[in-house]
Amino acid sequence: MSSPTPPSSRERILARVREALTDAPETPEPTRDYLPTHTIDDAATVLDLLHENLADYRAFVHRVADDELPSFIGTLLAENGVRTVAVPPGLSARWLAASEVEQLLDEGAPGGAVLTPYDLDAIDAVVTSCALAIAETGTIVLDGGPGQGRRALTLVPDLHICVVRTRDQVVASVPQSLPRLDPGRPLTWISGPSATSDIELDRVEGVHGPRTLHVVLLCP
Amino acid sequence: MSGTFVGMPAFPKAAHEAVGNTTLRANLRHATHTIRDKRAKAVAELDDWALLREAGKQIKDHTLRHLDTYLVQLEETVTAAGGTVHWATDADEANRIVTHLVKETGECEVVKVKSMATQEIGLNEALEEAGIAAYETDLAELIVQLGHDRPSHILVPAIHRNRGEIRDIFTKEMGEWGRPAPEGLTDTPAELAEAARLHLREKFLRAKVGISGANFMVAETGTLVVVESEGNGRMCLTLPETLISVVGIEKIVPTWRDLEIFLQTLPRSSTAERMNPYTSMWTGTTDTDGPRAFHLVLIDNGRTDTLADEVGRQALRCIRCSACLNVCPVYERAGGHAYGSVYPGPIGAILSPQLRGTTSEIDASLPYASSLCGACYEVCPVAIDIPEVLVHLREKVADQGGPGHRLERAAIKAAGWILDHPGALAAGERVASRTRKLHPKKLPGPGAGQWTNSRDLPQMPAEPFRDWWKKNRT
Repeated sequence: MSSPTPPSSRERILARVREALTDAPETPEPTRDYLPTHTIDDAATVLDLLHENLADYRAFVHRVADDELPSFIGTLLAENGVRTVAVPPGLSARWLAASEVEQLLDEGAPGGAVLTPYDLDAIDAVVTSCALAIAETGTIVLDGGPGQGRRALTLVPDLHICVVRTRDQVVASVPQSLPRLDPGRPLTWISGPSATSDIELDRVEGVHGPRTLHVVLLCP
Repeated sequence: MSGTFVGMPAFPKAAHEAVGNTTLRANLRHATHTIRDKRAKAVAELDDWALLREAGKQIKDHTLRHLDTYLVQLEETVTAAGGTVHWATDADEANRIVTHLVKETGECEVVKVKSMATQEIGLNEALEEAGIAAYETDLAELIVQLGHDRPSHILVPAIHRNRGEIRDIFTKEMGEWGRPAPEGLTDTPAELAEAARLHLREKFLRAKVGISGANFMVAETGTLVVVESEGNGRMCLTLPETLISVVGIEKIVPTWRDLEIFLQTLPRSSTAERMNPYTSMWTGTTDTDGPRAFHLVLIDNGRTDTLADEVGRQALRCIRCSACLNVCPVYERAGGHAYGSVYPGPIGAILSPQLRGTTSEIDASLPYASSLCGACYEVCPVAIDIPEVLVHLREKVADQGGPGHRLERAAIKAAGWILDHPGALAAGERVASRTRKLHPKKLPGPGAGQWTNSRDLPQMPAEPFRDWWKKNRT
């Protein structure tokens, strides 16, 4: 005669949850009376706020016209002494057309070029686009789409230049951002360079992620 | 919970020792006051804060009320996205699962993102016993690990250390674990951060297994969220081939949209920032980005017991922001170690006794580690009424009995009789007033005498209030 199988931990936990809730009152549907945004619906105001909040958390912010972007990036890389740049797949070749640096493509996919963590550690900088930017929090969000690459690309090199298309990539608030993002993609929200508050609860910039973050607001 | 803090003295004793440590008191005062003011400013920027707080509370309550449904949904979505879900009823089981998963990879070291859940279950110790080295990569956790110390704050586990102490720990210990601290390291925070960057970089680059917790798990999509500042989280979540996330079952939110609330309230409440520098969100595995294997270990470890308590279950709403620690006058003076748990401060005083039960001396004393001033409730971004739960837990502890509580019950019983007998009360009051010149300033006896060592007894009025009222107002 076989003895009955003891319940799995999964079954035990679910049973305990149900038992704990036996007499629990039903909860109402959550109310969402909070504001969808704290900012007036005006593109220039929202862009100014993004600029201000990015700068407040020590990102370097630049407003650049589209036709000046290649020369601007070239100058920025040169000024920072950058010799090697990691290039995500799908990055517009034009953006780096005026840069005199060694470009190392990372296709990420098997069969294509893949930079190891050690390769990335030896690379000076990375240039990417983004999925969107959030003004109220001074945040840029990367989703691995064209021109953004794998998450490691924007993590290991010490300098990150991120280009935001102001025409259609800037939202005012966090509630406005989530419907535009695909949770199925790996997402990285970046608000300023790497920082810590771990020493006496005082904010210090620069620990493990890129210590320098340049955000280029690309204006039409 | 695990025995990480076995043998801890009860809160009053541990706190008594802590308040005598002037360096500790100064470190804590400086840090908590700095963050307190900044938090208030960050919160004031959002004029719908009260509504966000209420919505966060309601979503968490709703989730807890249907926790079984959302757990099953989460399991489905994580699995569909390429992850593997494991269930652990207690700390031992969770540690066995994680140890087994690491061993299967053939690796003998892991890099870790700061995680309350793995501290709660004592994972590092369990891995060490199995011959696996677990490297903490959060700066404060690194300070604690290198200093052979215990965490004292949810967000900043090394809050009890000042910059000079941190410099000394780095200089002395880093060489034992890997790359030594740079020559001539000073105590400026930027240099200390740089030392941590250099020390940990080699570990990140070679890491094959990462271990994390999670701030949120989205049932609808199977997405996990880790909120951090330094980039160590991104390193551990992105570079290794295998990722193991150990998360309490209460960390679920039902929908993707729900994040719009907590991503506004958590950073402002914890580090007083509009947004923390880095937030990582991932759903299972992705072919060309990040770990090839993802394991989610869901832990109960006392949470279902907490869920069964109709007053106490609100503690499970906690999103571990630590705002309640930073405003607490008791935490500010006693420090985190006195709470004898990885969860210190007001939230710890209600969470630890519920997760672990109130049988030990330390856990029975924790509900009393508060003046019930209510500052913790005011700042809580999910409106946990900590004073209410504290009083509720005090009742439970008192019902267990014990010498102090027997005396208290006798006193309450006597007071009850007197208040029920107005004649006896009036007579007693008059005697007290007439003999007031004879009253001592200090109470006699060992227990009562100690109480008046630092306090004066209140002055007795010349006549009882009720007599005065009769004479003057009727």
